[in-house]
Order: sequence, then C-alpha cells, then structure tokens
Amino acid sequence: MEMMLELQGVGKQYKEFALQDVTVSLPKGYIMGYIGRNGAGKTTTINLINRICNPSEGTIRVNGITYEEDPIRYKEQIGFIGDESYFPKEMRIKDIRSILKHSYQSFDEKEFNQMIKNWKLPEKQKIEKFSRGMKVKLMFACTLCRETKLLILDEATNGLDPVMREEVLELLQDYIASGERSILFSTHMLNDLEQIADYIVFIEDGKIILNDTKDDILESYVKIKGKKEDLSQVLRERMIGISTKDYGFEGLLSTENADLLSKKYVIEKPNIDQIMVHMLREKKGGHAYEGI
Amino acid sequence: MNVLISNQSELPIYAQIREQIKEQILNGQIKEGTVLPSIRKLAKEIGVSVITTTRAYNDLEEEGYIATMQGKGSVVLSKDNTFLKEQYLMRIEEGMLTAIETAKRIKLDEEELVDLLHRLWKE
Repeated sequence: MEMMLELQGVGKQYKEFALQDVTVSLPKGYIMGYIGRNGAGKTTTINLINRICNPSEGTIRVNGITYEEDPIRYKEQIGFIGDESYFPKEMRIKDIRSILKHSYQSFDEKEFNQMIKNWKLPEKQKIEKFSRGMKVKLMFACTLCRETKLLILDEATNGLDPVMREEVLELLQDYIASGERSILFSTHMLNDLEQIADYIVFIEDGKIILNDTKDDILESYVKIKGKKEDLSQVLRERMIGISTKDYGFEGLLSTENADLLSKKYVIEKPNIDQIMVHMLREKKGGHAYEGI
Repeated sequence: MNVLISNQSELPIYAQIREQIKEQILNGQIKEGTVLPSIRKLAKEIGVSVITTTRAYNDLEEEGYIATMQGKGSVVLSKDNTFLKEQYLMRIEEGMLTAIETAKRIKLDEEELVDLLHRLWKE
C-alpha cells in the first residue's frame, strides 16, 4: 500500500515534555484517529508534521516527500483545521478569499464560493460574530477549496452540535472517497468519529501505546462486569484497568484470555473511548481506584 | 440492497454488513450477476470505515457469494441449489444446537424436545 503519511522514529525534546520514537504509517485513502488525553503529545506531533516546529529526531514524509526535499510542495499537500479559528477576528469572508487567492496556486474560487453559499455563511459579517459551527465550516471551506492530499484535524469537532458533527463526518468520508487522499484527526474523545476511522493510534506521555486497525483493536478486548464474589485472583490479574466498587467490579479483558469468561459475568463490546479509559487506569495502577 | 447497522448488536459492524448482504443474496433480493456498490461507496453510504467494509466484502468473497473483478467491481455469483440448501441446513443446525443447549439447561430430555418440535411443526 502507498503511504500518505509516514513518521519514522520521530522525537521532540522539550524541558517539561518529550515526544519519543513516534512511528506511524497512514496509507492513501484511509482515516486515522489519533487519540490520547490532553497533553499526551497529539498537538506536538501535528505541529511537527505541519513544520511549525522541527523534530529533534526522526523523519516525516507526506505523500512520499520530506519537508527538506521540497518545502513548498510538502506544505501545499497538507490541509489543517484546528480547534480554534485562525482568522483575524476583524476579517470578513472577502478578505479571506483574497488571502487564499494569493497564497495557494490551486485555490478554486468557484468551489469556495459554492461552499460559502451552501453553508449560508454571511459574506458581510466579521469573523468574530461567527458562531463556533460557522467558523468550523469556514475553515473547511478554506481547506477543501484547494488541492490537498492530507487533511489534518486537531480537535476540530470539539463543541460542535450533533447535526454539524454528522455533516463533518460526511465531509471527511467524501474527502477520502477517491482513495487518493487521507485524513489524520486528533481528539481526546472519539465518540461518533469512531465509526469512520480505519486506524487508531493511541498516545500517552509522549509515547505511542497502541497502533492498529480499529477493527482489530475492537476485537481484541471485551468489557466485563460482575459480582465482587465472582472475581477470581487470576481474573483480577489478567484484567486491564479493573475497578472494584461496592456493588461489583468492571474492567477490560483481552480476548486472548477468553477462557476466563463465564456466564456469571456481563460481557459487553467496549468502544475505543472505553478501551482508552481502562488502559489509562491500568497504567495508573488499577487498584488505586478501589472503593471509589 | 439494504444495509442497516446497529450499534447495539452483538455482531461487529463488518459481520453485520456481511450477514445482511448474504441474507439478501440467499433470499433472492439481490440477484446473481448484480454488481455490488464499490467498497468506498458503501462505506460512505452507511457511514463506516473503509477497512470495515473491505473486511465484509473479503468474507463474502471467501465464502463464495461474490467475486471481485478488476474494473468490474464485486459481482454476485450464481448459486446452485445445493449451495443454497447447504447454507440453510447450516442455519437449521445452529438453531437446533441452541435449542438442545437450552433444553439441557432445564434438564429436558431428547424425547420431550422432539415432542415439542412435532407440536410446533403442526402449528
């Protein structure tokens, strides 16, 4: 498979924080969810891909090329949407249109105008008067009206209403439909985006702790709940992020340990967010949560 | 063709897609020679990932329901009667196994279970 994004042993040292040995491959035509808690290193990674800062080590390739090989082509291929609007608040849509026209060779004005019209974005209003949803739509219009190959979203769907999230979902699926473009979206909460993600990369404390296809991850774990008296020693040891409460216990179990399952327990399919919570709880030492 | 995904289902999403398409091929709603929508189109249509849909199509291909041909897409294969019958027999067996297991749990013996079957058959 041809790769759209490749990070090989990427690291970045800060005084207080280090991103270590990040190795990730995203093939052409697929969507990757980059998940982790606030401060885990998601935005640092994205800043490195966007070349807002330089990696201390490792290489990053977008559509086969590194920034050093061809900085302009490298950057033109990337579309970025963050959680905050990057437009000066005094600006209006016409100002943004003229900036885009001068900044990007591939800017398609007709396409841009069409999106502004479809989404009913007010031409004459200042950006500061835009709602959160309108700002996100404007950022999408600015990105989708030019030829990009890799779309990077950094917490871009935070604070959107469910209808708008649904619309974004469709936009993202449209973006990769041809099989020639890819999406990396980072979020601390996958939610409804889980369904469309092909790959999941999970980062914690600057290190990748899980990196696989979403379907394989979902199939690797079950969530079990049970009565406290049914919790055997061996089950307690094998469970991931177990929490025992007054009225029972719950935790994650790798499907490799399926022999420990019995009808005594309630067995559920976890979603990616739940898997993340249990893994983090395990890292912290599952038993610290006892009695809460 | 209809594919309806349930988040409450016990089955993983790729298996839901596979089973629903299979069902419609078996009951004749999707006729032989029909070209299924492309993987990417279906993924977009039902709002699931491309890998999930690919897996469903791969399973269908492995089980002999469809064949994917370069440039033509995924075509529903013809099913002779023996194949159809086998599929249904397997399904009957599965149902019966569940019945037997449940019967054993309440200590119902073979004769009583067969009686029950006779009675239900006549209804």
